[in-house]
Amino acid sequence: MRLKGMMSAAIGAVSILVLSQGAQAVNGAGASFPAPCYQKWMAEYAKLKKEKINYQSVGSGAGIAQIRAKTVNFGASDEPLKADVLDKDGMIQFPMLMGGIVPIVNIPGVKPGQMKLTSDVLADIFLGKIKSWSDARIAAVNEGLALPDEEITVVHRADGSGTTWNFTNYLSKISKDWEAGPGCGKTVAWPTGLGGAQNAGVAQLVKKTKFSIGYVESAYAFENNLSYTQLQNAAGKFVQPNTKSFQAAAANADWKNAPGLYMVLTNQPGDESWPIMAATYILIYKNQPNAEDAKKMLAFFDWAYSNGGPIAEKLKYVPMPENVANMVREIWKNSVK
Amino acid sequence: MKLDSKKSAKNSKNPGDEAFKIICMVSASFIILMLILLFIELFHHSMPSIRKFGFGFLWSTGWDPVRQDFGAFPSIFGTVLTTVVAMLIAVPTSFVIALFLVELSHPIFGKVVGEALDLLAAIPSIIYGMWGLFVFAPFMQDHVQPFLSKKIQPFLDSAAAFIGRATGIEIGLPFFSGSGMGIGVMTAGLILALMILPFTSAIIRDVFKMVPSVVKESAYGVGSTTWEVTYNVTLRYGMQGILGGIFLGLGRAIGETMAVTFVIGNAQKVSMSLLAPGTTIASTLASQFSEAVSQPLFKSVLLELGLILFLVSFVIQILAQLWLNRVRKSAGGGL
Repeated sequence: MRLKGMMSAAIGAVSILVLSQGAQAVNGAGASFPAPCYQKWMAEYAKLKKEKINYQSVGSGAGIAQIRAKTVNFGASDEPLKADVLDKDGMIQFPMLMGGIVPIVNIPGVKPGQMKLTSDVLADIFLGKIKSWSDARIAAVNEGLALPDEEITVVHRADGSGTTWNFTNYLSKISKDWEAGPGCGKTVAWPTGLGGAQNAGVAQLVKKTKFSIGYVESAYAFENNLSYTQLQNAAGKFVQPNTKSFQAAAANADWKNAPGLYMVLTNQPGDESWPIMAATYILIYKNQPNAEDAKKMLAFFDWAYSNGGPIAEKLKYVPMPENVANMVREIWKNSVK
Repeated sequence: MKLDSKKSAKNSKNPGDEAFKIICMVSASFIILMLILLFIELFHHSMPSIRKFGFGFLWSTGWDPVRQDFGAFPSIFGTVLTTVVAMLIAVPTSFVIALFLVELSHPIFGKVVGEALDLLAAIPSIIYGMWGLFVFAPFMQDHVQPFLSKKIQPFLDSAAAFIGRATGIEIGLPFFSGSGMGIGVMTAGLILALMILPFTSAIIRDVFKMVPSVVKESAYGVGSTTWEVTYNVTLRYGMQGILGGIFLGLGRAIGETMAVTFVIGNAQKVSMSLLAPGTTIASTLASQFSEAVSQPLFKSVLLELGLILFLVSFVIQILAQLWLNRVRKSAGGGL
């Protein structure tokens, strides 16, 4: 009697589990760059609308692979796909967030925002041509900053990364040697240095290794209290990485004339623009296999465009402007079935 | 007559016994099947890379995902170097630890240390990796590496110069050159040594314990010293088990992934300096796989690296077995 009761209880529990599994079918995976913000949004959304959206931060490369394999409802990538590739896969992409990528240094005595780097100095450090912090070219723009005569340790990503893609895209734009050498990619042939796993790994390595320099998505620099640097932008001005300079760079983006919403935001013009900005994307299929899931998913993105701004800004990301959100909504209406 | 009785015994067997025997056999052959299928699968998926790069893959040092040019040498070199560093430190140390625990220490103290060893062996490798990154690497950068590069390296340099003058052959001994950054091949080797130490010591200890006390006591009885007993009796008796322990440690060191990925620096570079960052086959696989899944050639390259690791481990196992057989014959030990 008792056994029977227990069994029926167990069967009941299992069927509830199965049912709830079926009910929360919207899953996404991809870039680690926007993951802190996506996860905050999803938690907030679950609280408000009682709808669960899941996101796994597995990296841009894996995100694209998973949406191609159709194991998730949406993929996320920091490297936008070209329009022809999207058409071939029957997918659309839309930008969800923008953020800054900042160089971080670990030199005892140098505080956040103190060090200035020109674009060619930055490229030559990562090329291994400038080997010491006391190099005359670094000193030339950093008067009054005590720079040690120590070897520079470069820290880069060990895994494939959208952050690396945007960073090397910037270096390729400003340095002929970089373009002809390592080039632009999610992993490249680094001329020098150490590799760390994910944004968090690079932040940790820089924090632990004296006289090192690395690059991370800005939230990782601010949260870890790391010494970010100023950078010289396309207008030749030195700018601090902050919401103002990120927004100035993001405002340049001409989304209307971007086929497939393909947009690279590095080295943007403008006196106040931060030079290494990135937009991060969501990838979905035009033909949705399950209309109900598609509706739920798009309702979430719609909510994020309208109401996600404050959360994004708190985490030092730049939310998409209203006109871009409306363009994306238009695309949903016309091409997602 | 004999045959008949065997037959009747078989006939009288419970059908359950037969079924059990078959289940066991299937389970056992599953292991062989797994091994073969794994090899075929790895080989099959490596084909695009093998076709493109051929045998040159093994000694090519290029690693450029943007231009789709790959070589395995930095990974193979790093794997060998970290393993050699780890074994050089771990094997003699674990031998001494085991000897102390079995022959020299107070039984209660030996038991406590023995328990601690077993606990150490059970720590997941990621913990060693995190400890290595957060605690050990900064310690290496601040205290050990400056000493090596500033005090030992000049000595090596003058030794190289002396050999150069004496033999007329120009050589370099840049083992500790460059400024250490905490992370690197040497740190990875030391962490590996720490990781395999509990394994090898525990096995060598068990082997030492299994030597019949009668034999040892007889040796002591005729006036042997502790060292003589160890060298002539214990070692001879336990050679096979000791080598088994060493090879188990070697296997772990070669394939260790997470702890090494944390502290080796993941640079696709070949450097003679132990202070420089490097990479191993396993850490290359771990750090690059998420990117490679969307690029067919890149994925194939990583799977070929996996195939190389598989074959290397396989060859080590076979050599170990051959060597053990030889030792078993010449030593005539009871194990």
